[in-house]
Amino acid sequence: MTTNSPSEERLEQLREKALQEGVVPGRGVDVVGGPIPRKPGYYGQPVVKPPVWTWEVPLYFFFGGMGGMSAVIALGAVLFQHVDLARTAMWVAAIGGAILSPILLIMDLGRPHLFLNMLRVFKHRSAMSMGAWILSAFGACAVPGLIALELHSHQIFSGTLDQLLRLAAGIFIFGSAIFGTLLATYTGVLIGATAIPAWFLHRILLPIHFGTAGLGSAAGVLELLGHRIAALNFLGFYAAGVESVLLIWLSVDKHGAADRAIHEHGSGWLIRIGEIFTGPLALVLRLFGLVPLAAISFLIGALVSRFGWIAVGKVSGSDPESVFAAERC
Amino acid sequence: MIGEGTQSTNQRRHNYVQENVEVGFFTDPTVCIGCKACEVACKEWNQVPDDGFVWSGNSYDNTGRLGASTWRHVLFLEQDRQKGGQIVGSHFPGSSDEEDPFRWVFLSDVCKHCEEAGCLEACPTGSIVRTEVGSVFVQNDVCNGCGYCVVSCPFGVIDRRPEPLPDAGGAFKCTFCYDRQKSGLVPACAKVCPTESILFGRLDDLRARATQRVQELQARGHKDQQLYDPTETSVRGIHAFFLILGEPEAYGLPPNPQVPTIYLKSAWTAAFATAIASIIAMLVAFAFFS
Repeated sequence: MTTNSPSEERLEQLREKALQEGVVPGRGVDVVGGPIPRKPGYYGQPVVKPPVWTWEVPLYFFFGGMGGMSAVIALGAVLFQHVDLARTAMWVAAIGGAILSPILLIMDLGRPHLFLNMLRVFKHRSAMSMGAWILSAFGACAVPGLIALELHSHQIFSGTLDQLLRLAAGIFIFGSAIFGTLLATYTGVLIGATAIPAWFLHRILLPIHFGTAGLGSAAGVLELLGHRIAALNFLGFYAAGVESVLLIWLSVDKHGAADRAIHEHGSGWLIRIGEIFTGPLALVLRLFGLVPLAAISFLIGALVSRFGWIAVGKVSGSDPESVFAAERC
Repeated sequence: MIGEGTQSTNQRRHNYVQENVEVGFFTDPTVCIGCKACEVACKEWNQVPDDGFVWSGNSYDNTGRLGASTWRHVLFLEQDRQKGGQIVGSHFPGSSDEEDPFRWVFLSDVCKHCEEAGCLEACPTGSIVRTEVGSVFVQNDVCNGCGYCVVSCPFGVIDRRPEPLPDAGGAFKCTFCYDRQKSGLVPACAKVCPTESILFGRLDDLRARATQRVQELQARGHKDQQLYDPTETSVRGIHAFFLILGEPEAYGLPPNPQVPTIYLKSAWTAAFATAIASIIAMLVAFAFFS
């Protein structure tokens, strides 16, 4: 040390810290050519590539989950003779899963006009390929299912034709429900089976979370559309209960630097807010009988958490230490 | 190799594509001089747009990292020999007459052309294919830019090219100069490498040479050289492998790369379980609560 000026003293402190910890984070301390270097890896460059996806993808996860699981509720409504609920649920399924979802998915492509190339091949080892086929199959069931159901319930035709419509509606709604559950859950596989540490470390939690958030969103949106029945309330309880368990799971199942994007930074806050709104908050509101508030809370949480998981991918993918930590342990 | 003249595998014509011979790159930083001729040759031959004229301040590396418009990247490591960690900037020269504790390492990084390639498995359009010589090739006219290969590459190589660059929206990476190889030519980077730090040839030949090179260095008293070729992980080896000094982390190489398809089984199991649980919950809800 040559002088006793505060800046020199600060520099000494930073040198000490650099020696002890190897890395000194913070703004302005990694001055080029300075004595406090030590960014992790190769000049702190990311080791894997963070996702290039923008706002369309989390929104697609949200609407795909809601639409897909809404078809499941429609199936239950048809089986147990709640015709009005079945109609609304199929509208939500068709608009969310069969119209908004493909639009968002296509908007996110780098070359939207080549969207149909998704259907060139069928690759069971690619979650993206499976997703494209699941989404197509869902659309091919939900739209005719909705049309058949509407024609039948308005009694447009009569006699045999009406009976055929009833049968077709049943088959298509059954198909929508099956592909709907996959549409809501495959997105968790999609990001879980990647090279991004914070994602693949939670590949079991992700499909459970996305699927359950989809089911809760579907129940919530149907309640907000005026279907205040005990069955939907039960599904709301179920989803909020599962989400509360997942919140605990996520706070217990920590992997240190490897998945710190979930617990730190802005991305960590999005995850936390999302989990609290879908889990404990929605649960408590429902316990107090504040069903519309619980539904709104769940929907906000489900939306925020989808954005949170994409943000986690961006933070985790840009963080070389998270890759090293995930692979060295 | 040096001294083989026109008989070197980096110079002579070949029929590897026609004969379905597995080929590779062996990149040896101990003879690299950091001239970046490989970066230039790659850009010129493949007409890759510039990757920005940014002054990084990270040694002589102003390229940054591999990406959609960077298919060869020369790394410049300033290494602390005792710790194996990385140092940016200068030390105190002439402080003692001991051996200089720092070394300057150059390594030309490239797409690894994995045996089990994450990008290829992930591609939903079938745009990414395996060629006759074992390399991984992106068909630009088929790619619709979904971006799934980007997060599926364990080495962070492939990327989607942003607007307003030419051919924006598609995914790009090293082609292993497939077009040149089809005509019996050596990839552009290997062709121009003045020290044959980048060696091109039959994969089995290169692996033998690499092992020999490691032994040579050992005999000369070097200590921390190793081959970077993750054959033990699910990637099952790479076609472009490296000799490195020190740990892979310092080169931004993942120490234990895995192809993401190994995560599919557990993730799909969770997805199917959730799907079934949701249907059961729905049946319970309507059967008992309505």
